[in-house]
This record gives sequence, C-alpha cells and structure tokens, in this order.
Amino acid sequence: MSLSFDSARLPNPDLTEEHHAWRDQLRRFIDREIMPNVDEWDEQGFLPDELWGKAAEFGLLGVGYPEQYGGTEVGIDLHHVNIVSEEISRTSLGGLPSTLLSHGIGLPPVLAFGSEELKSELVPPILAGEKRISLAITEPSGGSDVANMQTTAVRDGDHYIVNGSKTFISGGMGADWATTGVRTGGKGGAGISVLVIPMDLEGVSRTPLDKKQGWWCSDTATLYFDNVRVPVGNLLAEEGHGFLVIANNFNNERLAMSVMMEANARVCLEDAVNWARDRKTFGKRLADHQVIRHKIVEMKQRITTCQTYIQYCTRQMAAGTAEFGDIAMLKIQCSQTVEFCAREAMQILGGIGYMRGNRVERIYREVRVNAIGGGSEEIMRDLASRAFGL
Amino acid sequence: MKVLVTVKRVVDYNVKVRAKADGSDVDLNNVKMAINPFCEIAVEEAVRLKEAGTATEVVVVSVGAKQCQEQIRTALALGADRGIHVETEGAVEPLVVAKLLKGVVEKEEPRLVILGKQSIDGDNNQTGQMLGALTNMPQGTFASEVAIDGDKVNVTREVDAGMQTISLNLPAIVTSDLRLNEPRYASLPNIMKAKKKPLDVFSPADLGVEVTSHITQLSVAPPAERQAGIIVESVEQLVDKLKNEAKVIS
Repeated sequence: MSLSFDSARLPNPDLTEEHHAWRDQLRRFIDREIMPNVDEWDEQGFLPDELWGKAAEFGLLGVGYPEQYGGTEVGIDLHHVNIVSEEISRTSLGGLPSTLLSHGIGLPPVLAFGSEELKSELVPPILAGEKRISLAITEPSGGSDVANMQTTAVRDGDHYIVNGSKTFISGGMGADWATTGVRTGGKGGAGISVLVIPMDLEGVSRTPLDKKQGWWCSDTATLYFDNVRVPVGNLLAEEGHGFLVIANNFNNERLAMSVMMEANARVCLEDAVNWARDRKTFGKRLADHQVIRHKIVEMKQRITTCQTYIQYCTRQMAAGTAEFGDIAMLKIQCSQTVEFCAREAMQILGGIGYMRGNRVERIYREVRVNAIGGGSEEIMRDLASRAFGL
Repeated sequence: MKVLVTVKRVVDYNVKVRAKADGSDVDLNNVKMAINPFCEIAVEEAVRLKEAGTATEVVVVSVGAKQCQEQIRTALALGADRGIHVETEGAVEPLVVAKLLKGVVEKEEPRLVILGKQSIDGDNNQTGQMLGALTNMPQGTFASEVAIDGDKVNVTREVDAGMQTISLNLPAIVTSDLRLNEPRYASLPNIMKAKKKPLDVFSPADLGVEVTSHITQLSVAPPAERQAGIIVESVEQLVDKLKNEAKVIS
C-alpha cells in the first residue's frame, strides 16, 4: 500500500478505459498549462485570460454539456466530471476551479430552465471560453437563507427593474452574465425568481473582494444593481420558481466540492508522507517516529472513508436516487477530513510548511472556504437532520 | 501517403519503479501505464504530417498484451486514423517485435514508418534498426527533424558530433528523438471520437511470425544507493583525493 496521490485512491469499479484516458490527458493538460504557474497566479491575484481559450479547446469547459452548444455530452457521465474536480484539485489552487469553472454553477440553471433563445445566446460563447457566467445568490444580508433574499425585480413592460446587491460571487469581476436570485413576489421562498443579468447593462457595478484568506487567484466580487433593466426573456422558469431553479444544481455542486476536498486531503497526505520519509530528526526519519506514523494512518483512514462515500453518492446521483441528506453529510465528511489532513500535514511539514509556495499551506488556508461555501457544515447538518424526519 | 506509427505500452515515466522482491523483474502490479514517450513523439509527428496534408492516413500499431489497446486508443485520440493490435503474451524481445512489424508493413505498405528511438522500460534501442534491416528499407534514427521532399524524406539526426541531415528514399523508417516535437494532449471530444475508430487485432500467426526468445532476463536490481559525500577542507585536499582516491587525475 502506497500513499502517493494516485496509489492512495481506492479502485473504482465503475471507471472505464475512457475515464482513465480522460484522466491521463487532463493531467497532461494540467501539468503543462496550470501546475507550473500555480504560485504565480495565486500571488498575482488573477488567472490569465488565455487560460479560458486553452481549456475550451481541450474540452475542459464543455464536459457534460450538449454537443449542439459546443460541449461534449455523448458518453460523458458523472465520473468524467468527478475526474475534473479531482485532477484540478491536485494543483491545490482552489481559486482556479471557482473561477475557470464558475459556469459549473452559473450555467446549469440556464440550460435546465432558460428559453432556447437565451441558451443559444449564452452557452456557445461560454463553452468556447469567450464569455463567462457566475452564479449570484448570496447577499450582504445573508447567504444560506435564500428565502429572505432582499434583491428585488419589479416587472415593467418587457423588462424587470432590478435593485439590490450580491456578494462573495466567484468569478464575479470577469463575468459577462450573472445567474441571479431576485425577489419578484412577496415574502418567503415563493417570491423568489432567477434572472440572467448581463453585466454590461446600465446600473450594474462591481467591486473586487481581493483580500481573502484563500482563493487569491479567484476574482470574487460584490455586485450592485441600481435600477437595472433586464429583459423578461432572461427569466429562468417562471416567476416564483426561483428556489427550484437554484436548488436543482445543489447536489452537483456539493458533490463536486466533496471530490475536490477529498483530493485536497490526499495532496496533504502525499506531501506530508514525502517529507516524513525524507526529513531526519533526532537521528531518524520523521516517518520512523510513532507519533508521525499515527498521524499518517489517521489521515489515510479518513480519506479512504471519504472515497467510499463519494463512490456511493456518485452512484446514487447517476441513478437519480441520491438523497439530499447523503450529499449534505458527504460534504461535511469531506470538509472535516480536509481540515484534519491540512492540520496534520502542516504539523508534519513544520516550519517549511508555514512558508508560502507549497500545496499544503494553500490548502490549509482554503479549508474554511470549503467548509462554509456551497452550504456550511451547520446548514448541511440541518438539511440532513430534516431528511431523517426526526 | 500512408504513415505507420508504433506505440509501446510502458510504465508511466512519472512512476518510480521498484524491483520485485525475488529480483526477477520490475514490479508492474497496479502501476500506471502509458505510451512510451518516444512513441508519443512519433505519433505527434505522424499526426502533424497529416495535418500538413503530407500524409493521408495514419495507422497506429502496437505489439503486446490486450491492455495495450488502451495506448492504441490514446494514439487514436491524438489523431491517428485507425489501429492495429498484434496480440502477444508475455515479454517479446525487439527482434520478434521487428518481425511482427515487418508483417504489418507488408500488409499496410506504408510510405513512412515512424517509431520511438527506444522504449523507456527496456532501453534497447533496437526495434527500428532491426525493422529497417528486415524490410530492406532505409532508416533515419534519432530524428530531431523530419521533412518529406517528394519521393524522399530528409531526416536530421542527433548524433554525438552534432546534427547530421540525411536523405532517404521512401518508403523509409524513422525513429524519433526527444526534440523532434512536443506532443499534444488529446482533447475530450477526440477521446470520445477515438472509441469509434477501427481497431484490428492480429495474432503473430496471422503475420506468419513465430514468437521465439533468445534472451533470458537473469535478475533485476535497483541501483545502489548513493553514498553521502564529504566537504573537503582545501583545494590541496581535493586534488589529493582526486589523484589518490578517485584516481581521475594524475
């Protein structure tokens, strides 16, 4: 039993030759185009624009999207998507998927609920890497409490007039559109709708949130809408159906985050083990000290647990029988595991781990964004407990 | 112009291999496998010839166990048009591979055959040369540049003394060196399309070749661990050690 990133991955009987081929080529793409630049991009605080074009040409942006809009859908399943999440996270650059792949949360609502006209306008340039889209739900007054959203959209002829603001929006500074939760009706969840708002409309402004604990290369933003006139054709589904539109993609997002966190935990294991085998203290290798060996075993044990749960949930998702509560508990399992592994790996790396420019240090700083974003651990527990019908 | 290109399934170059406990061979259990890097360069060159309109068809061939169809599929995803798998069991030595490839060459009649100069597992560097001898075709080995010129191919070779350019009459054999090109990665759409490209399987008997063995591997051992060095106190001591201990200067 070995402890490298690849050998510490449990065999998955559902993976075929095509999945392995996709992983191989994806890793080559990442090792050539991303891995050498990870530290530079994170320190400079943004990703180079040309990355979108390269990722599109390689097929990374179109994984699982309809062929008619430039995606690759035939023969693609959830495992291909999981492999993307896993391999991207091997870089440790958490700000990259939240930016380069921000369409992964912004675009599915458009595809599922948008008009044909809207889809034809948006999807091809986004999958071609020429335009970008973000999901804008969270507001300064609250995130998880979707039913209390404050941003309003008032119908005026063929337009909605939008007022309010959104914050912590991943990819928000560079987005051409924001899939935005708005209140079109009265109080509560039944008054929520989703509008696709072009970011070049009059009355839209944004400010960068560039002082973050992690995700430095991600252009997180606060968006402001001041009497913005949005065409009614940009409404997804019907008025008042916003909660359904938003919730429809929750399980996909949480599964992707879980896969990313497990992969990050495995990076911590790999780097800690390599260091423990190399570094000598008190006349022997770190790996020869029982206290360090136990840390490594405990990391591996928790990571393996995540992997089995991910495999189970992926199967359930693919079969369309996934329980909200399961995905919620999976996300907690994975955020707790990456938190533990980042901590223990930092302890093993010691002083050198505290210096910037290594994967474990970055993952350690990005533990919280994963434990809070996409539904906090507390909200996940609440969801799961509701699923139990206690 | 039809181009035949060969790929070998080997341990991925990123994997740190280990010898089996009994020293009989390298331990390949659960080890990541990939196309031999030099073969991948050969595939890239063939695909570029096709993209330039020089080649009309790129046929990829691999000799080995059933699993090497994975490497053929990868080459198809990189841009080859169809695949040929010559299925063998156990280890096959370069001469047998060259004989099998000769059989494929006779079937396919390519104008150009591109192979990797050697594989990173056995490091034999023999198959291309043997294939040249068996087929009586001219060979340009260690190519860092390949240019088709009418009925000829000009091959720039990396040799010890520098760069040598030779002109070969087609059909010819070329083996790729490291600097011939930088292989691309296969895009997801191309990986999916590769599933539908034709792949024919032959046995050695189909090609009229008997698989024989002239080489027996006696043992495989890891390289000796490097010993720790020392810091010398002075230039004089260094010179003394080089003279009297290492005996590299006199």
